Amino acid sequence: MLDLAPDLTQAAGWMPIVFLVVMGLAMLAYVVLDGYDLGVGMLMHRASDDDKDTMIASIGPFWDANETWLVLGVGILLTVFPLAHGVILGALYLPVAMMLIGLTLRGVAFDFRVKAHASHKPLWNRMFYSGSLLASWSQGYMLGALITGFASTAWAVAFSAVIGLALVAAYCLMGAGWLIIKSEGELQLQAVRWARRSLLFTVAGIAAISIATPLVSPSIFSKWFSFPNIVLLLPIPAATAVLFAVIYRSLQRLPVRLAQGNEYGAWVPFGATVGVFLLAFYGLAYSLFPWLVIDSMTIWQAASAPEAMGVILAGAAVVLPLIIGYTVFAYRVFWGKSTALKY
Amino acid sequence: MEGLDAFLLARIQFAANITFHILFPTISISLGWVLLYFKLRFVRTQDQYWMDAYQFWVKIFALTFALGVVSGITMSFQFGTNWPGYMQKVGNIAGPLLAYEVLTAFFLEATMLGVMLFARERVSETMHTIATLLVAGGTTLSAFWILALNSWMQTPAGFEMINGQAHVTSWLQVIFNPSFPYRLTHMLLASGLTVSFLVAGISAYRWLRNERGAEVMASLKTGVYLAAILIPLQIVAGDFHGLNTLEYQPAKLAAMEGIWKTERGVAAVLFALPDAEARENRYEIAIPKLASLYLTHSLDGEVKGLDQFEGKHPPVAPVFWAFRIMVGVGMLMLAVSWATVYQLAPWKKDPARTLTPWHARVLVAMTFAGWVALVAGWYVTEIGRQPWLVTGVLTAADAASKVPAPRIAFTLSLYLALYAALIAAYISVVFYLARHKTHADRPSGAGMEDTLNPVSYPKKEGAANA
Repeated sequence: MLDLAPDLTQAAGWMPIVFLVVMGLAMLAYVVLDGYDLGVGMLMHRASDDDKDTMIASIGPFWDANETWLVLGVGILLTVFPLAHGVILGALYLPVAMMLIGLTLRGVAFDFRVKAHASHKPLWNRMFYSGSLLASWSQGYMLGALITGFASTAWAVAFSAVIGLALVAAYCLMGAGWLIIKSEGELQLQAVRWARRSLLFTVAGIAAISIATPLVSPSIFSKWFSFPNIVLLLPIPAATAVLFAVIYRSLQRLPVRLAQGNEYGAWVPFGATVGVFLLAFYGLAYSLFPWLVIDSMTIWQAASAPEAMGVILAGAAVVLPLIIGYTVFAYRVFWGKSTALKY
Repeated sequence: MEGLDAFLLARIQFAANITFHILFPTISISLGWVLLYFKLRFVRTQDQYWMDAYQFWVKIFALTFALGVVSGITMSFQFGTNWPGYMQKVGNIAGPLLAYEVLTAFFLEATMLGVMLFARERVSETMHTIATLLVAGGTTLSAFWILALNSWMQTPAGFEMINGQAHVTSWLQVIFNPSFPYRLTHMLLASGLTVSFLVAGISAYRWLRNERGAEVMASLKTGVYLAAILIPLQIVAGDFHGLNTLEYQPAKLAAMEGIWKTERGVAAVLFALPDAEARENRYEIAIPKLASLYLTHSLDGEVKGLDQFEGKHPPVAPVFWAFRIMVGVGMLMLAVSWATVYQLAPWKKDPARTLTPWHARVLVAMTFAGWVALVAGWYVTEIGRQPWLVTGVLTAADAASKVPAPRIAFTLSLYLALYAALIAAYISVVFYLARHKTHADRPSGAGMEDTLNPVSYPKKEGAANA
């Protein structure tokens, strides 16, 4: 793989790697953070009206900042890998438009539903649900398209559509995990039931993807199924399986405990799901590196001038710790069970 | 031919998007500072009505902010989907400027907004004030970076072209390019005016509905006084901005003024139908020599006409008309704000009664006057720089993507429907809040805790309707 890489002691060699890591982490932060609030949005469809309000309250202070990670991730793609940006977003034109419409609908529905006429509230609730669903599914679809190198065969489209469904299930699982932490009483127990159902679909989805991905992409196949890679990589699927088992066990035990008011282990489903996302992300990063567009454009081919990257890197090095700092501050302010939003 | 259609559609889509987007940051930039003002007045005086005003306007702020965020995300993607050539050519300059906006402003606003909206009972009063300050500062910082980039595209400086790509030679020159100070000032004042008329209009609406308590009057006065102060400043800033345009973008200025031929002693055209075929104005009403006077400060000064830029000047009619709409609305703002200040003057004993219903109705009618002037102004600026995307460096046609026309047409119709619905919903909800956020929804005398929370508020509404 290294024959593709230029001299790593030069700025033009190592900077794209650094930015790929930063972009990857921003995307990962987005998927985990907005993932739970998109999941809550999708689960809302199945909740009673009172529970809908509580569910919204649990994500109210956060969703806006969560979504900003997407802007950062795309921003890095836009600014550091300008050549890939046009190619990728051009190829993903329709799913990107779908995602944007979905994000727009849910972002505004969040505010409108409590401010508009009371009689319009069910309408905005539906918008919130369908926007969350549309955005989640399109994101999964885009991931699928990225893996297949934007192939437009029927198989590739079907593959991407299935990944879309898998991501919907995974977001629901994480949303349910979030609700187990942030809610109480009947809603909390309901969240456990939601989590169980989502878990089933998530496991099926991830299993299907793991089998299909190497089949769809020959270059990913050769990266995974060669010696010694396959032995070194084995811990990834193994650890994923263990985490799924942990979530399963925890969801079995939680109802009894929670009914007694015992919150011990309420964090497990959410935490373990985040773990699954980390592992899936790691596997995906390994599969794609160093390609931005698989088999056609590497990070070095797509990178902008080193001096422009340097300017951004300097800013990011100073500001990112601050961002993380006040994000932690915000989560601490709203620590604990969510209460009715009031302002 | 198909390529051309796709190009046109991509432009319409992007224009629709930036038009929709700019409506909301324009409000949040200045409304953030107005909120800070309300909050500080409350902290200083402990008069509850300042906090009531804060709590009313913070709801509109939250709504506006959400619309700004979602439309802004759309824009960041459309750079790539619609104009891939843009980042390829000037990405080394546009990239860092956009990245700095996200890093320094976007996260700050989005995170602190949560604290500002929902955490007044969870953090100290000082921390809540600081959160308000950080949100206001963040929105303004956003405007700083975006206008630096926009101004650079209009009047590029501080770079050199190597192998067809722009490379920075001086970041100071890039950011503080020749039109940046004027454009930033003009935009911030436009934002202030949009908000002052919004605040005045909504308060006048509540006043007309017989809500004339201290909170409404404080908001009304804040809006009207702010407008009265800002509009003369805006006229001066606009004049300086125009002189800057004359120097750096003479083709745009000629289109704004409807000047077809380079001449001395140019007349100021008040009304005309610019005719691009005949390259002249029809039905022109003009004041002789006036344009030379205000553009060159000499009755006989020479002004470059469109004949100097044949084939490389913007379409004249839209720029010409948009400019007149902007100036016209500005004049109206001047008249209305000063007349209202006179009526509410401090020497009159009870301003709640000195305002006349007629006057209040004019203010209500002008609630979104700022939007009209603002969009017209942006069209002058953005259409006026055509055919260039980056003046002298990159044309819009060269930056366009190769996405097929039907695909763009499909998403364009979706976006347009969505935007129309959302603007209608936004305006109706703002007025709805003004009608229904009354003191009736809290128990009389039960402290001053105002609640508009998703749990209790809609239910009470429903009960009231039942």
